[in-house]
Amino acid sequence: MERKTKIHAEDNRQELTITRDFDLPLALLFKAYEEPGIVEQWMGTRVLKLENRKHGSYQFETTDPMGNKHGFNGTIHEFIPNRRITRTFEMENTPFPVQLEFLEFEELSAGNSRLVMKIVFKTPGDRDQLLKLPFAQGINMAHNRLQKVMSEDRE
Amino acid sequence: MNLRRDVFQAIADPTRRAILLLVASQSMTAGAIAANFDTARPTVSKHVQILTECQLLEQEQNGREIYYHLNANKLKEIADFIEPFRKMWDDRFNTLEAVMKNYQAGK
Repeated sequence: MERKTKIHAEDNRQELTITRDFDLPLALLFKAYEEPGIVEQWMGTRVLKLENRKHGSYQFETTDPMGNKHGFNGTIHEFIPNRRITRTFEMENTPFPVQLEFLEFEELSAGNSRLVMKIVFKTPGDRDQLLKLPFAQGINMAHNRLQKVMSEDRE
Repeated sequence: MNLRRDVFQAIADPTRRAILLLVASQSMTAGAIAANFDTARPTVSKHVQILTECQLLEQEQNGREIYYHLNANKLKEIADFIEPFRKMWDDRFNTLEAVMKNYQAGK
């Protein structure tokens, strides 16, 4: 089966590309990035601020299962409806440097659209670190599950 | 050469990916691999060497010939490394798609 979401990350480069084809008209796909209430729904985050214009900025906040709050923010450099968003992205209180994101929206047919998201990092190492994050989290989760099973076993 | 050889560096190159595809179906000698490319034979040999150094290819001696075959376990290591990141975005975009389909239906 053809995968809907693809990651392209060449070695020793400080960029990666995420490509996704949606079973949605272009205008609806773009709206998912434009309206704060909708962003909150699919990203699972609180939208504290979202100024969709050049020189605008945004601020998101998520709460993890432990109740800790995590802040994200960035500056919007380009906002062209149904075409392009260029922005920075920063994870607050983490060692990750700010990254630059180019989002290109494209119509494939009346009911299908594509998003190409190119992310540029400070260094190739920073990119690899971010790529590994879900991998590491997966290992941690497996480890925690194992620990939980083991401790329940002892009780 | 004192370059660090890792699997990610190895698969970054299109010729090396083509070599991996080629030997995926059957073991081949370096000469047989090179015969599939327009590139000069020493260049292909260099690619084979890099793939061998990072363990994506394994050598096996058969009489006077050395055959190369794919080390599937090593390949799986790479696939698994990016897969959780891809899956995370895939899940996120699936949610986006579902939310927008609801939105469309509700209008």
